[in-house]
Amino acid sequence: MLNPIKKALVAIALIAAGIAQAQTTEISFYYPVAVGGPITKFIDGFVADFQKENPGIKVNSIYSGTYQESLVKALTAHKSGTPPVTSVLLSTDMYTLIDDDAIVPFDGLASSAEDQAWLNSFYPAFMANSRTGGKTWGIPFQRSTIVLYWNKELFKEAGLDPNRPPANWKEMAEYAQKLTKRDANNTTQWGVQIPSTGFPYWLFQGLTTPNGVELMNAAGTETYFDNPAVIEALKYWVDLSRAQKVHPPGVVEWGTTPKDFFEKKVAMIVTTTGNLSNIKANAKFDFGVAMLPASKRRGSPTGGGNFYLFKKSTPQQQQAAFKFIKWITSPERAAQWGIDTGYVAVRPDAWNTPVMKKYIEGFPPAAVARDQLQYAVAELSTHENQRVTKALNDGLQAALTGAKTPEQAMKDAQAEAARILRPYKR
Amino acid sequence: MNRFSVHIHGWLLLLPAAVLLVLFTHYPVVATLYHSFFSTPRGSVPPVWVGLENYRQMIDDPVFWQALTNNLWFAVGTIPLSIALALLMAIWVNGKIQGRSFLRLAYFTPTVLPMIAVANIWLFFYTPQYGLLEQITGFLGWPSHNWLGSRDTALACLIAVAVWKEAGFFMIFYLAALQQIPPNLNEAGAIEGAGRWYFFRRITFPLLMPTTLFVLVNAVINAFRLIDHVVVMTRGGPDNTTSLLLYYVYEVGFKYWDSAYAAALTMVLLLGLALLAIAQFAFFERRTHYQ
Repeated sequence: MLNPIKKALVAIALIAAGIAQAQTTEISFYYPVAVGGPITKFIDGFVADFQKENPGIKVNSIYSGTYQESLVKALTAHKSGTPPVTSVLLSTDMYTLIDDDAIVPFDGLASSAEDQAWLNSFYPAFMANSRTGGKTWGIPFQRSTIVLYWNKELFKEAGLDPNRPPANWKEMAEYAQKLTKRDANNTTQWGVQIPSTGFPYWLFQGLTTPNGVELMNAAGTETYFDNPAVIEALKYWVDLSRAQKVHPPGVVEWGTTPKDFFEKKVAMIVTTTGNLSNIKANAKFDFGVAMLPASKRRGSPTGGGNFYLFKKSTPQQQQAAFKFIKWITSPERAAQWGIDTGYVAVRPDAWNTPVMKKYIEGFPPAAVARDQLQYAVAELSTHENQRVTKALNDGLQAALTGAKTPEQAMKDAQAEAARILRPYKR
Repeated sequence: MNRFSVHIHGWLLLLPAAVLLVLFTHYPVVATLYHSFFSTPRGSVPPVWVGLENYRQMIDDPVFWQALTNNLWFAVGTIPLSIALALLMAIWVNGKIQGRSFLRLAYFTPTVLPMIAVANIWLFFYTPQYGLLEQITGFLGWPSHNWLGSRDTALACLIAVAVWKEAGFFMIFYLAALQQIPPNLNEAGAIEGAGRWYFFRRITFPLLMPTTLFVLVNAVINAFRLIDHVVVMTRGGPDNTTSLLLYYVYEVGFKYWDSAYAAALTMVLLLGLALLAIAQFAFFERRTHYQ
């Protein structure tokens, strides 16, 4: 038997533990990994630092696979009643999440003037995919744009200035012609390569944006796939491959494109800035990074993941998650995250931090994506997003494999998209 | 014990298996059928009864028809080829040859490897320009080809992977069946002067019929069930030329979140498989000789 004093002590200890319990808010946080490198280690480091500074909050960070798998997990969990409190998901999933009534906007939580200022501290190009209907639904975190990588050695061999990337479409086609090497019946080296598996629509936006046209309206209820400027952009891509034969034929795999570049099978590739660390580590030759060549203007879509807040969580949890998101997107951490991963630091003041300045001094290509942001537009995103982008992807692949003409492919894609979006046009 | 308690006893013994079966097989089938008659719930909009609307939508859905056609070609490509190869390999490693167990192991290895890993390896084989296949055709002086990226070859490439993966698995069954055939039949055949082909056609093959039936049913199911390699290698592309039925169900269910339409597609797939299985049993049962 315990004596009375011991009993009292135990009771006090139990009460104290109870209070501590009540003060700790637990939040679950799903995050996907889409680029190379020890990403989970970086995230765990951030979480540990945050918990040290905020003892009342416990963050359970859960690695949830690819973007697609993460969305499946988060939405399935939402439907069964226990979604994560916050998750990083594709910025383009915004309409899908809104339509499923799964997320809450950040505006309600950002009550103070300081919070409002924070909401406006990101690059406007990234906010284009994070706001709709006057509300902010996503906070930019791991974002990217498309850039051109070129092999300086192969440029030299072909008699081109190794420090001057193609500035416009005409130059890109000319350079690609000079950079393509053929023997008796084979092409041993291609001039340029734009991958077309997985999400060809995104890389296609790297052609339509410079051609001065957007693929959808800001409300996500209308697409413009059969706009003449869109068809012209597709024709340029298809011609590189099928008429001029300076781009590999058929559908080109996204995953092996960096490897094709390392193996010198192609002199110029168009891919995400997220591949920068990978290419820096594996290319055994001098390479350059440039903005996408212009047609009527410069331009690229943005891409990548945003933070979202899920609806089915308590107000305390949402507050705690809000605090965490604000903390992890501060200028210093945004800069560190960008350096570690190759993603574009999401706010202008992150680029003025000492660490970032030092990094760019040693590796100037890292700044190309930032400089391109002023020309960047939103990634294709609509209601019924995956269905609509699939209609466009099918059209692009049909044109690239020669099954349809660019005109026909885009007309069909537009008809399909219009059919899917009909219920949302009120 | 009276009759009643015997019954109770019997049912109790059956219970654990029955519960699992009902929970994970029968209930999902019935639930899927039920949901296929409703609309997909969206956000705060609850599902409503739509009758056969989801099935009507299927008739107008070109991707569904393409996935179905692809799947039939995939079945036609994989089933006879993998079974024939399996039988050939089984007879080969059943003979008295040097390094027999090593050969058996080699044939069985593809079955042991996970499909995701296998698909990633084959992805490299098919890579244009420096992939293994391209290195061989390049050495022979043939023109380069984008195997997975062109409409004419993408599905055939997936068929090759599936055959390679499956043949070894079926071989094991044939090997076991071959070793069950009494050796005195062989001796009798030799005395009667039956040739090797005649012996195979009249004795070995008929005795293998139960195994062939089993393998065939499995091969048909696998032809509609295997999609891991599609996910890794082509994601249904280019332009849906490699989209198989189950992959399309996944896309509709977990990419478009149209769970009602996915349920209707699942029912069609299930019904098709059930009919095929029944037809196979009905057709082969009469020709199968069980020892």
